[in-house]
Amino acid sequence: MEVRGKAVTFGDDVNTDVIIPSKYLTTLNPEDLAKHAMEGLDPDFVKKSQSGVIIVAGKNFGCGSSREQAPIALKYAGVKCVLAESFARIFYRNAINIGLPVLECPGISGNVDPGDRLSVDLVEGKVVNLSKNRSFQALRLPSFILEIINDGGLIENLKKRLKVE
Amino acid sequence: MNISEKILAAASDRDKVSPGEIVEARVDMAMANEITGPLTIDAFHRIGIEKVWDNERIIIVLDHQVPADSVKSAELHKIMREFAREQNIRNFYDVGFGGICHQVMSEKGHVRPGELIVGADSHTCTYGAFGAFGTGIGSTEMAAVFATGKIWLRVPESIRVDVNGSFQRLVMPKDLILSIIGQIGADGAIYRAVEFTGPTIEKMSVSGRMTMCNMGVEMGAKTGIINPDETTLSYVRSRTEKPFKELKRDLDAEYERTFEMNVDNLEPQVACPHAVDNVKTVSEIEGAPVDQAFIGSCTNGRLEDLRLAAEFLKGKRIKDRVRMLIIPASQEIYLEALREGLLEVFVKARAYVCNPTCGACFGGHMGLLAPEEACISSSNRNFIGRMGSPEAKIYLASPATVAASAIMGEITDPRKLGG
Repeated sequence: MEVRGKAVTFGDDVNTDVIIPSKYLTTLNPEDLAKHAMEGLDPDFVKKSQSGVIIVAGKNFGCGSSREQAPIALKYAGVKCVLAESFARIFYRNAINIGLPVLECPGISGNVDPGDRLSVDLVEGKVVNLSKNRSFQALRLPSFILEIINDGGLIENLKKRLKVE
Repeated sequence: MNISEKILAAASDRDKVSPGEIVEARVDMAMANEITGPLTIDAFHRIGIEKVWDNERIIIVLDHQVPADSVKSAELHKIMREFAREQNIRNFYDVGFGGICHQVMSEKGHVRPGELIVGADSHTCTYGAFGAFGTGIGSTEMAAVFATGKIWLRVPESIRVDVNGSFQRLVMPKDLILSIIGQIGADGAIYRAVEFTGPTIEKMSVSGRMTMCNMGVEMGAKTGIINPDETTLSYVRSRTEKPFKELKRDLDAEYERTFEMNVDNLEPQVACPHAVDNVKTVSEIEGAPVDQAFIGSCTNGRLEDLRLAAEFLKGKRIKDRVRMLIIPASQEIYLEALREGLLEVFVKARAYVCNPTCGACFGGHMGLLAPEEACISSSNRNFIGRMGSPEAKIYLASPATVAASAIMGEITDPRKLGG
């Protein structure tokens, strides 16, 4: 499993209120949510993300509210993967559960510029900044989490497991 | 084992668990509201099973945008109502039945010591105030819980915060937790449980303990938690007849690290824009003008908070250019505040008293801010855009500091007005 894309960078403590503000949470349509992704921090984000991007961020990405609309908005806006120094735990679980890959990647945040081309090997956790010819090792995901991502999210994974049982 | 480990071991039928282990745990109670619930229900239907795992263990509360402020939010309410009916979920708290989910969960006896409770709301960590392990999850995960009654959890490392000393008058548990978050940082307890111990916590009311545990998530914690004691038991027993197994930390319990705090000289604290860990003492920020003052939310919308606010507002008037919103956290609190005459004090002081809801804290409806405006709030988050315009400023403080600031029209040390 490999994903590739151009980097979009953010700092520390990016919270779910800026990823998708409360005022849009009455909509259940993922495409409509996606139109407002990251609006609080970068009004031009959606223009950049549509071609398929990888977010690179600092510590505590996705802190705050438990709204799953945050990873949904990012996924439908074209985000293929989020790499961060660390994640807020609810966001982390939510992203995996909807099939958006997220990897903790120590040292990544200062070593990627916006627009750098990245490749991420989700199984091995190997991250390569192709533009700068540098590589990083992300924390490897446990196999059951990889399986959830591979299945396309928790619901698909659960359907499979419930049938097995 | 510490209390978090005890509860997670019991929930996963193990004698012992250690930090870092991943367990599959049985969930005692699962809660969703109308913001996270519709996605949960959609995911639940996609699983393709007919019935929830246990209709008695699921609680649904409408609270974030009640009463419906738009057709869209009315539609979300309807989705929840129909699901509750279809699944025979009796613990469904519709508009008028409850109030803010975490307050309702506690008041209605759905939170009991020793239990594992998950909620599709980040402030589910509030339940640690009752010696339960409460933690927030997302909608899809909640659908899986609705289907199976189980969840995988990583046993967290625990940080112990040991608190000594006595609060000065008009310094509150909110000031303590803001001070702790300022020191530990917004990501300082990420993936961890924060266990509050010590004589100050033992003397603290249920309401104060809820404020402390509620804000655990603002430093990244999986839960904030307090050993159950007589204060816990007398509250819980007055709310439910259901049996529970009190679990307490062992004397030789291990912690990743321990913070020592003393509140003897603690000053009122203010979290300044735009981060909860951007904490200053009130004296450092005194005089900053405010356009709106808000007392409410699952953090500080309880009777104790309203009584204190009323002490300040009695016979006074809020500064003319300031608007004030007071939102009791539940119908029960609203009624008691009415009986005690607190609501009359608020209205005479020119505050707006609104119906129980997350309201201004959530920023979905009620009391939104325009660009350049500033609000001092007893709630829990001051993120950019949280209460409306991304150009507005939010200061977080105790209800005493909020009430004092509303009267003066600028951030004010409550000790100077005296209450």
